[in-house]
Amino acid sequence: MQEVRTTWRKKRKIENPLIRYGILVLVLAYLYLAGTGVEVNADRVSRGLSRVGLLFSGFFQPDFQSRGKYIVEGILESVAMTLASSAFAMILAVPIALGASRNIVPKWVYLICRVFLMLIRSLHVVILGIIFVIMFGYGPLAGVLTLMVNGVGFIGKLLAEDIENIQEEQLEAIRATGASWLKTVVYAVWPQVSTRFIGLSIYRADISFRQSTVIGIVGAGGIGAVLDTAMGRYDYHTAGAILLVIIIMVLVTEYGSSAIRRRIV
Amino acid sequence: MPIITKGNSLSWKRKTPSQQRTQFLVVLSIVVIFLISASYISKQTMWEFVSDAPIQIRDFISRMFPPDVKYFGRVAPALWDTITISVFGTGIAVVISFALAILAAKNTTPNSAVRMVVLTIIVASRSVNSMIWALLIVQIVGPGLLASIIAIAIRSLGMISKLMYEAIEEINTEPIEAITATGASRAQIFVYGYLPQLMPSFVGTSVYRWENNIRESTIIGIVGGGGIGMLLNSAINRLAWDQVMSILIVIFLTVVVAEWVSAKVRKSIS
Repeated sequence: MQEVRTTWRKKRKIENPLIRYGILVLVLAYLYLAGTGVEVNADRVSRGLSRVGLLFSGFFQPDFQSRGKYIVEGILESVAMTLASSAFAMILAVPIALGASRNIVPKWVYLICRVFLMLIRSLHVVILGIIFVIMFGYGPLAGVLTLMVNGVGFIGKLLAEDIENIQEEQLEAIRATGASWLKTVVYAVWPQVSTRFIGLSIYRADISFRQSTVIGIVGAGGIGAVLDTAMGRYDYHTAGAILLVIIIMVLVTEYGSSAIRRRIV
Repeated sequence: MPIITKGNSLSWKRKTPSQQRTQFLVVLSIVVIFLISASYISKQTMWEFVSDAPIQIRDFISRMFPPDVKYFGRVAPALWDTITISVFGTGIAVVISFALAILAAKNTTPNSAVRMVVLTIIVASRSVNSMIWALLIVQIVGPGLLASIIAIAIRSLGMISKLMYEAIEEINTEPIEAITATGASRAQIFVYGYLPQLMPSFVGTSVYRWENNIRESTIIGIVGGGGIGMLLNSAINRLAWDQVMSILIVIFLTVVVAEWVSAKVRKSIS
């Protein structure tokens, strides 16, 4: 007689128990192998833990005064880097985005632009920062170039996706009037993506500001350099002040950028 | 769409004169802001160093090729460490985020004071880059894998718990009412009512964050120690550009593979 199951059981994601437990065992084995590779120097940690109090006291008694001049300069530099790099990125991203849209350019242009976008997007902003510092020396110029290249990758890819999703009818209508390629872009493509482009650019400026706070660690200017110096001198009160300034600035730009984007979209 | 009469010929323009004026003013103000920023940066720049950039670039590229193939042997263990950083960092962050998300979601939080504290933690974690967290953590635990793991975990906390608590707040209450009506215990309500609704978005969020963390793990070693970033930093300091190139190639491949894995997993759960 066949046994009838009367209790209901949740359906399993992987029905085969061998595969199900096999995956579990593999995951556990990996975690064990990887976990034993993590060396915890208990002596060093215990010495460090005594500094936790100092670190926290730095946060709760931030010192904006003694190195205030550098903090203000660093923040201004970060803001200037963000604005300048965003402007360049906006200008450069448009032709690349047009080139990376399959529906308006021939295939070879498309492939070149896509490969270019993929290459610059694969490099982390800090690695870009290192490369530009080597090429152009320390300072905010390297930072601007870093954020610009990173921004071109970001705006270029997302804008290209928007251009590929535009309505074909309008494109066809403008083409039917005998318009040149440039006129097609200006009158059929651009009106459909311009608000998205502005939204993307503002969002990108927001991201650039966040990134401008780290690339200073590798020498590309901005508030990151000031923070790195403060940490290097074990000056936790100044470091705490800088972190608070960064957190507040990031919140302000995030709130501002999302408010503007909501208004224009 | 305005039609402009000039004498007795009609012509079409895209924008009315007043629209054109506002657009002009907006563009003008953007240009002015840009010029102010550009002049500020120009003042901070040593243009003498920039002027020899073409020579530097040529030199730099010529020394990067061919990449040092033998160096891949050194890179492999560092790559293993990098993956460890990303997996453990994400794992720790997911576990803590789960608790934080329950405390932060409007419908599950014990009280609004706790919610405010948790939201502050989330905001602080999200606004500070992992490299900066690593600077702080290194002071406490010393450079090494552990510092990098903790930095990645702290950085990921904010984003994961933000997405998790949003998922909890958007939960559909009908299945939960249905299960409550069967007389299920609190644990059963959680397992059969909440979990099935939350798991797909939780897993998706975690995998997506892991993909980001793989990128961050490749560079966090520059300050945190451990992983490929540390090798990269030392290769750069030794000006061994052919080794730098090998490391960059490995980073590139790792990121591509991680993106592929993450896309596969997210596709299979949605």
